[in-house]
Amino acid sequence: MSENTDVWEVFIQSKNGLAHKHVGNVHATDKEMALQNARDLYTRRNEGSCIWVVKSEYIVSSESEDGEAFFDPSNDKIYRHPTFYKMPEGSKNI
Amino acid sequence: MNLLNYTLRIADSSLISAQRLSEWCSKGPTLEEDIALSNISLDLFGQANGFLEYASEIDGSKSADDFAFKRNEREFYNLKITEQENGHFGDTIARLFFCSAFNFLFYTELSKSKDETLSALAAKSLKEVKYHLKHSKSWMIRLGDGTEESKLKIQESLNSIWQFTGEFFEMDKIDIEISDSGIGVNNTSLKEEWNKIVNDTLDQAKLTRPEDMYMQTGSKKGLHTECLGHLLSEMQYLPRAYPDAKW
Repeated sequence: MSENTDVWEVFIQSKNGLAHKHVGNVHATDKEMALQNARDLYTRRNEGSCIWVVKSEYIVSSESEDGEAFFDPSNDKIYRHPTFYKMPEGSKNI
Repeated sequence: MNLLNYTLRIADSSLISAQRLSEWCSKGPTLEEDIALSNISLDLFGQANGFLEYASEIDGSKSADDFAFKRNEREFYNLKITEQENGHFGDTIARLFFCSAFNFLFYTELSKSKDETLSALAAKSLKEVKYHLKHSKSWMIRLGDGTEESKLKIQESLNSIWQFTGEFFEMDKIDIEISDSGIGVNNTSLKEEWNKIVNDTLDQAKLTRPEDMYMQTGSKKGLHTECLGHLLSEMQYLPRAYPDAKW
């Protein structure tokens, strides 16, 4: 593909109300092409009801070397999980 | 008999478009576009299948496969534009765009047909064709308003395929009869809207509408360009060489 081509990340919402999920990426030169390519590549088997595409360069990712500082501190803080609450009788989900 | 012929015309244009487009499979300019063109081809095969099944029902003896694989060139009624070779990517896009704009308008009207099967098949096809139009239209604009070279090439593609666009709006005796009975479409009446879609797209694409010169004709009588024979020989080879072959 030419040098004008960007990589776009694709997010598909499988049903109304659910969150959009990252499914992969496509090459495209503009937003319409990105959307159509995403439609053609990722919704061929009835996977979606809505598509988001966003240029990969606009996605900011944490670095793996930051993993320790970012994520390890939450390892030992089990009190942040709501497992210490008693479920009221009869309720299935809170 | 005339309804059979009318149904075959629709079926054949879908079938031949589909077969032609399928030649792009694995040869597309990019992976994404390869799949896009193959998807469109599959949509068209699906549409062809629906109309051929209906033709088979009307006929009462031949199957849909018989119609697809056991007729010769002169017994096919697809529009000549559908059998034209793929050429380069721009040639294919120009052909697909003109056909999709027509199909969109044609199926919109056919979905109001008094014949329930035709109207149902049209309504189903319409959804797919809307996307074909959207996809090919964006490419027309992208190529026309792209680089100097892409503009030059797509303009040449337009100019050379233009002579095949006159057939969309032809009406012969069968068309008139089926249309007057509320079953078929008055193709002539689609021309104004088709022109609007085409002119609007060409404006956006900064391309020039070719002048109406000599227009090709004849497919309604089974007359074709030399492209169809080659296409059929490939498409029909297997079922003709191995008549009892099963999936």
